[in-house]
Amino acid sequence: MDQSKIRNFCIVAHIDHGKSTLADRIIEQTGLLTSREMQAQILDNMELERERGITIKAQTVRIIYQAKDGNEYIFNLIDTPGHVDFNYEVSRSLAACDGAILVVDAAQGIEAQTLANVYLALDHDLDVFPVINKIDLPSADPERVKNEIEDVIGIEAQDAPLISAKNGIGIGDVLEAIVEKIPAPGGSPDNPLQALIFDSVYDSYKGVIVFCRIKEGRVRKGTKIRMMATGATAEVVEAGYFGAGQFIPCDELTAGMVGYLTASIKNVKDTAVGDTVTDVDNPCAEPLPGYKKVNSMVYCGMYPADGAKYPDLRDALEKLKLNDASLNYEPETSIALGFGFRCGFLGLLHLEIIQERLEREYNLDLVTTAPGVIYRVYKTNGEMIELTNPSNLPDPSEIDYMEEPVVSAEIMVTTEFIGPIMQLCQERRGRYVSTEYIESSRALLKYELPLNEIIYDFFDALKSRSRGYASFDYELKGYEQSKLVKLDILINHDEVDALSFIVHADSAYERGRKMCEKLKDEIPRHLFEIPIQAAVGGKIIARETVKAMRKDVLAKCYGGDITRKKKLLEKQKEGKKRMRQVGNVEIPQSAFMSVLKLDDN
Amino acid sequence: MKNLSIYIHIPFCVRKCLYCDFLSGPACDGEMESYVNLLLREIEKQSIFYGDHRVVSIFLGGGTPSLLPARETERILWQVRNVFSLAEDVEITIECNPGTVTAEKLKNYITYGIDRLSIGLQSTDDGELARIGRIHNYRDFLETYEMARKAGFGNINIDLMAGLPGQGIASYRKTLERVVALSPEHISAYSLILEEGTPLYVNQKSYTFPDEDEDREMYELTGTVLGQAGFHRYEISNYAREGRECRHNKVYWRRGDYVGFGLGASSMIRNVRWKNPDMPSDYAVCLEKPETDGQREAAYSLMRQTAQGIGTKAECAAHIAETETDPAIRMKDEGVWNRAFAEMLRQTGRCGVQSLTVQEQMEEFMFLGLRMMEGVDLGEFRRYFGKSVDEVYGKQIGSFVEQGLLERDDRRIWLTPRGIDVSNTVFAAFLL
Repeated sequence: MDQSKIRNFCIVAHIDHGKSTLADRIIEQTGLLTSREMQAQILDNMELERERGITIKAQTVRIIYQAKDGNEYIFNLIDTPGHVDFNYEVSRSLAACDGAILVVDAAQGIEAQTLANVYLALDHDLDVFPVINKIDLPSADPERVKNEIEDVIGIEAQDAPLISAKNGIGIGDVLEAIVEKIPAPGGSPDNPLQALIFDSVYDSYKGVIVFCRIKEGRVRKGTKIRMMATGATAEVVEAGYFGAGQFIPCDELTAGMVGYLTASIKNVKDTAVGDTVTDVDNPCAEPLPGYKKVNSMVYCGMYPADGAKYPDLRDALEKLKLNDASLNYEPETSIALGFGFRCGFLGLLHLEIIQERLEREYNLDLVTTAPGVIYRVYKTNGEMIELTNPSNLPDPSEIDYMEEPVVSAEIMVTTEFIGPIMQLCQERRGRYVSTEYIESSRALLKYELPLNEIIYDFFDALKSRSRGYASFDYELKGYEQSKLVKLDILINHDEVDALSFIVHADSAYERGRKMCEKLKDEIPRHLFEIPIQAAVGGKIIARETVKAMRKDVLAKCYGGDITRKKKLLEKQKEGKKRMRQVGNVEIPQSAFMSVLKLDDN
Repeated sequence: MKNLSIYIHIPFCVRKCLYCDFLSGPACDGEMESYVNLLLREIEKQSIFYGDHRVVSIFLGGGTPSLLPARETERILWQVRNVFSLAEDVEITIECNPGTVTAEKLKNYITYGIDRLSIGLQSTDDGELARIGRIHNYRDFLETYEMARKAGFGNINIDLMAGLPGQGIASYRKTLERVVALSPEHISAYSLILEEGTPLYVNQKSYTFPDEDEDREMYELTGTVLGQAGFHRYEISNYAREGRECRHNKVYWRRGDYVGFGLGASSMIRNVRWKNPDMPSDYAVCLEKPETDGQREAAYSLMRQTAQGIGTKAECAAHIAETETDPAIRMKDEGVWNRAFAEMLRQTGRCGVQSLTVQEQMEEFMFLGLRMMEGVDLGEFRRYFGKSVDEVYGKQIGSFVEQGLLERDDRRIWLTPRGIDVSNTVFAAFLL
C-alpha cells in the first residue's frame, strides 16, 4: 500500500453538531455500503449509544475513496467519544490521526466542547480543517460562524465546505478536502514496530481486539508483541482493518495504517489505551509519548436490589470490565444494602452508562448510592488515605485536614445568561478565574469548581439556567484543602450508612434539611412514627417525621370481585419487597438515590 | 347439597356518578330487554353445573338494577327459580337508587320474592350529593324509603359514604343521625375512593376533600353513632341490627360458592375464580360458544364423575360428605375437577379463569375471613386445609398479636380496633 494515499483522520465537534451523521455520509458516499446497509448511524452501534445520541467507545472504519485526481485513497475514519468523561480516550484517538475535521453548527457556532476538542487536536499537531454543518437550517449563519472560527480558534475558515450532513449536501467537498488538507502519515515500515493502542474491545471468541495505529514498522500474524507499559506479551493471531461493521483480516499492517490485532489476550487491562505495542524480537527504543493510567474520578456504591443477585452483579461487572478498563470496582458491605460493590467511574455519564447497561443488558435491578469523589484525608498520625466511601471516614479526632479534587471549568454562554451562570458557580463554591468574550454576544467563563459540586446535577442546572444555551467542559486541576464534613442520616434513630455523604461544612445544614424533606416523601408510613434526622459529627442539624399510618380507606368490594382486592394487596406486598429493612423501618430503594435530586424544585 | 349464591349484574344507570368506575352506563328499554334475554340464556346454560347446589342468596347489583322495568326483573327471577333449586329462606336483594322506583314497582318486587332492598343514599346533604353526581337528593330518598316500608320491605340497607368533597364532620354526623332515625336494618359505610379515570379523579384539584384528621374522625363517628343506635359492626364496613347481617355478602368473605351472571360478573365455584367479559359483544359470544362445543360436554361429564362419583345419588352424596371432611381427598378431587372446569370456562370465553392453588386458598381464607369482626375460625382452617393456621401463618400472627393488631383465643383470630384501622397492612402480610 502506498503510504501517500492513506489519510487518517477524525471528526471533532460539540455534541449534537452532527459528527456521527457526517461520518455516516462519508461512509455512504465512498460507496462501500449501499443505502440499504446503512443503519441510521453506523458508527454508534451500541444500542445505548444510539438512544442517547452519543458515542461511548471509539470506533473506526476504513473506506476507499476514488478522488478527482484519479487516485484511490484509503481513509481511516476514527470516531472519538464525545463527552468530557472520556477525555483521555479522545486524546488517544486523536493521537492515532494525522488530521481532523472540525464540524461546527452553522446556527449555534462554537461551543465549549468544540473549543476543548479542537485545542486537544491542535495539541496533538493535527491539521484541522473546518466544515460548516446544518447550512440548510433557517437560522444558519455560515459567514458569522466562519469569522468566529478564525477569530477564536485561529484557523483558516473562508473556504470551509458548507454542508448539510443530514441531507447529504456538500459531502463531495468534504471528501476532496480530506485528500488535500490532511497529510499522509509518516513513519517507515522498516523501523522497529511502534504502534499506538487507541482502543480495545473484548470478544468472547477472539479475546481482546486491539485497535491501533502503526506509527513505525510492521506487524503480522505470528509477530511476538509486547505492550510496553503493562509489559504483557503475546503472539499475534490475526491482523486486519476495519470494514464497515466488521473486521477484515489482512496479511500485515505497516507504518501509517490503522487496524486491529488479536493475540488471544484475555483482558483489556493488558491493552491499556495509550500504551505502545512493539515487536519483542525487534523492539523500538522508547514508547510513544502521552500514555497515562486513567483514574476513576467518581465513585458510588452499587447494590443488587435483590440481595440474592449479588453473584450476578459481580459477573456482570467482570464482563463489562473486560471491555472497559476505566471501570473499577471492589466489593463492599453496607448495613442497609447488604453486599455490593464500590465502583469507580471517569465521570457521571460513565456511571450512568454502566448503570444502564447493567440494568438493560444484564437485567439487574440496582440500588445506587449517591456518587462522590475521592477525598484525601490527612490524619493526625501523618497518614493519608484516599476516601471513596463516606462511611469509611475516620473519627474526626483522627483527622488533621481533608482535601477535595478541584476542576478547571470552561463555560460557554450567551451574554444574557452570564449573571445566572455566575450565580450558579458561586452557589457551587466556584472560584472565578476570567471571562473572555468570543464575540459581542458570547463569552467563555472560566471557573475553578470543586468536583463534588458538579458531579450530580451541575450540568442540568446549567442548562436550565441558560435555557439550554450554556455548554460546559472541565479538566481536573488538582487537590485543595477544604472544610468537609460527613453528613449522616438517621432513620428511626438508626444511622443508615448508605445515605451518608461528604459535604462542605457550609452547605451541610441546607443539604441535611433537603435530605430529610426528600426522605420524608420517599418513606411510606409505617404503623409507628419515624423520625428522620440529619447529623454532622453526632449533632442533629435537621429533622422531619413520617407520621404513623392511621387508617386505610375502606373500599367497597363490588359483586364479589375478590381478584381486584387481591391485586391491591399484592401491590402493597410487592412494594414492600422492593424495600430495604433498616432496623424496623422499610426504606424504598429509590430513597437511596433521592440524594441526587436535591435541587429538583 | 352445597350452598350457592347468585350475583346478577345489571349494568344500567340513569347517568354515571362522578366517582364510579364500575361497569355501568345509561340504556334504553330495548337495550335492557335484549340484555335480559342474554342473562336468561346464561342462567339456563350455567345451571346444569349446579344440580347439586341449593341457592341461599341472590343479589341483583349494578349499575342500578331498580332501573329495569319490573317485568324484566320478574323474568330474571322467574328464570332463576325455573332452573335452580332455591332454599326456602333464600335472601333476595336488589340494589336501588332513590327516584328510580315507584310504589308499584316495589310491590312487584315483594311478589317476586325480593325481601331485601339496598338503597344507595351516600349522604343526606344535597350539596354533597350533587358534587359527586348523584341523580337524587335527600328528599327523593326519603320518598323511596317510605314507599319501600309501605310496600312491605322489612329488611333495608342504606349505603353511606365518607370522605366526599365538601363534606365536614358536622354534615357527616347529620347524615348518620338522620339515617339512624329512620331505623334501617343494615348500613354500609365506605370511604370514597378516587379511582383513576373517573371525572372526580381527573378533576380532583377543583374539589376540597376532608383532610386526614377529618377523615379519621368521620370514621370513628360512624362506629360511635351506629353503635349507640344498636347496630353492630360485623364486617369492616358493614353494620347491622341483630340477625340482619347480609347473608350474600358474608358468602364472599367466607369463600362460599357463588356464580355471577351478566356483564363482568365474578364467580367462585369450588376454588375456581373467573369473570365474565366486560364487553357486551364478548359476553354475547361467550353465550354462543358452548352450544357447539363438545369440550363442554366432556368437561361436564368429567366433573360429574369426579365430583359426584360414578354411581347412584347415594354414592354421590357419600363422596361429597367425604370430601368435606378430608382435606386431602378434597384437594385431590378439586385438582382433577378444577382443571377440566377451568379449561371449559376458558374455552367459552370467560376471563381471568384461575384455579386457586392451596396457597392462594389459604391467603384468601385469611384476608377475606379477617374482614369479619368475628374473624377466622381456627378449626375450620384445620378441617379445610389439614394443617393448623400456626403452621402456615405462625410468624405473621405472632407479630401482629404483639403489635396489637390481632387478637386470638383457642377458637378464633380477629382484628383489634387498631388492626381494623390498618387492615390492608395486616391482609398483605397473609399473602405468602
